[in-house]
Amino acid sequence: MNTVTPGQYLPESSNDTTRITRHFRAEKFDFWSFFFSGLTGLATLFIVGILAVILLNIVINGWSGFSWHFVSTIPKKDFFDVHTTGVLPMIVGTSIRVIVMTIFVIPVGVITAIYLTEYAANTSIITRIIRAAVNNLAGVPSIVFGLFGLGFFINFVGKNMDKLLHNTSAVWGQPALIWASLTLAVMTLPVVIVATEESLKAIPPGLREASLALGATKLETILKIVLPQALPGILTGGILAVSRAAGEVAPILFTGVAYYMASLPGHLSDQFMDLGYHVFVLSTQSPNIEQTRPILYATVLTLLLLTFALNIVAILIRARMRKKLRALG
Amino acid sequence: MAEILTPKLAPLATSVAPAKAGAPFIEIENLSLFYGASQALKNITLNLQEKVVTAFIGPSGCGKSTLLRCLNRMNDLIDNVRIDGAIKIGGHNIYDTNVDVIELRKRVGMVFQKSNPFPKSIYENVAYGLRLHGVKGKAELDDVVEQSLRGAALWDEVKDRLHASALGLSGGQQQRLCIARAIAIKPEVILMDEPASALDPIATARIEDLILDLKKEFTIVIVTHNMQQAARISDQTAFFYIGELVEFDTTTKIFTNPAQKRTEDYVSGRFG
Repeated sequence: MNTVTPGQYLPESSNDTTRITRHFRAEKFDFWSFFFSGLTGLATLFIVGILAVILLNIVINGWSGFSWHFVSTIPKKDFFDVHTTGVLPMIVGTSIRVIVMTIFVIPVGVITAIYLTEYAANTSIITRIIRAAVNNLAGVPSIVFGLFGLGFFINFVGKNMDKLLHNTSAVWGQPALIWASLTLAVMTLPVVIVATEESLKAIPPGLREASLALGATKLETILKIVLPQALPGILTGGILAVSRAAGEVAPILFTGVAYYMASLPGHLSDQFMDLGYHVFVLSTQSPNIEQTRPILYATVLTLLLLTFALNIVAILIRARMRKKLRALG
Repeated sequence: MAEILTPKLAPLATSVAPAKAGAPFIEIENLSLFYGASQALKNITLNLQEKVVTAFIGPSGCGKSTLLRCLNRMNDLIDNVRIDGAIKIGGHNIYDTNVDVIELRKRVGMVFQKSNPFPKSIYENVAYGLRLHGVKGKAELDDVVEQSLRGAALWDEVKDRLHASALGLSGGQQQRLCIARAIAIKPEVILMDEPASALDPIATARIEDLILDLKKEFTIVIVTHNMQQAARISDQTAFFYIGELVEFDTTTKIFTNPAQKRTEDYVSGRFG
């Protein structure tokens, strides 16, 4: 039997280190390890590179048209003059619809996720139906959501609201800010539900047990212990929803966006202009593409900056929350 | 939902004649527990005395933690569990249909194997149970928090940082915080599920001293894998084996002269 005697591998003198190194140094250069780590590095660089190319392209081309005047002017019906055009109504329209969407999607998404994680028995048929519905909802094309918004929110809910309120002309039964926001909320619901569920599952069950063992009800445990801990994850879901919704055009196409509005939207039943849709308008309706190109790029740059700004606000709030959770009660 | 709607249980200790030392306080009668089809506890009958430390010992999987969790109905939280038989605390069967589980858990507290302080401040951890049960005044909260932390031998170490996060404490301190949290709502019984198994010997010794102190005020039931610990701190010991109660007697008798051969084999280390 091969036994190791204590001290077998120690060098006999301080100069003699070859005994150790002979046993632990790699015998040969491991090509495959090097190759695969190199491959993963290249893949990362590739992704960063693509993002950099897209961003640089937009910034370089859009910078000339971008100015304080550009973002603060309400344009006349002619969008194609670089000197008089502006995107203020589009900024306002995009921002409001994203904010209204968030107000609807976060409570509904969080409550659904709480039901699925904390209350539903995992094997029951109802739970399985809900989960299947959430997954399928995530796969529906955006344009289908637009048609759904038109058919359900505008033609059914809106028209019936007008009937109940005895409106002589269509107020709610037509494209409006509220319907576009609700359509977007339905579209981004799966994102919020999944993010919330993941953050709820990450909370160790020991915390819930400790709370229940002290005589808390399940509801008290959820409100006082589980939800506060899950808030950063819920905000992440919100950030993802906002990022997705800010750039979507198809769902708002039939439900609220307008080619031209003379003033800023003032009421939830107003139509609105939108940055993403404006990019589409500029690309397809322009009489002189060379002249319009800087405006186009400047609009895209504005949209990116707006999305970025909305995300930064949410990320800062989330970072504050995480710090509070870590530092003190 | 049923938990919120059922009427409150009458105070446990005052609805029977005050217990004398030696009078049974927790009476487990023919208790059987099934996880689905498999039976985890087989017809357990056991009487535990008041203000005494009772240890449940036995090899892994013998059901001692399961039985412990029956005493505050924490097994209700697991799907597919069926319980037959009764457990009477202070004369009332806690498995009666009109028992308010919230009240029960106020009277029967629990400390878990892995310490689980809330990610809140030390003060808020101890005050959590108090706020749940309606205590609001700052002076009263401050008072009870201090009492509980003293009772858990933690006050001197944390009195200057009550509003620092509980997660910054060491393992032993966190477990003592969990004990402080449990005693803050003044239960009658404290259930401890291997409270020191994740701790180093020094922290373990402090918890054991604490238990010897706590038994003057509370009835303590402790599940432990560590037989020497059971011998050190408990007054009575119950030995379980694969879901059955094999022997229950004073600790001295179980460890020096047990009546059953299986008990003797286990405490002398022949298996386990």
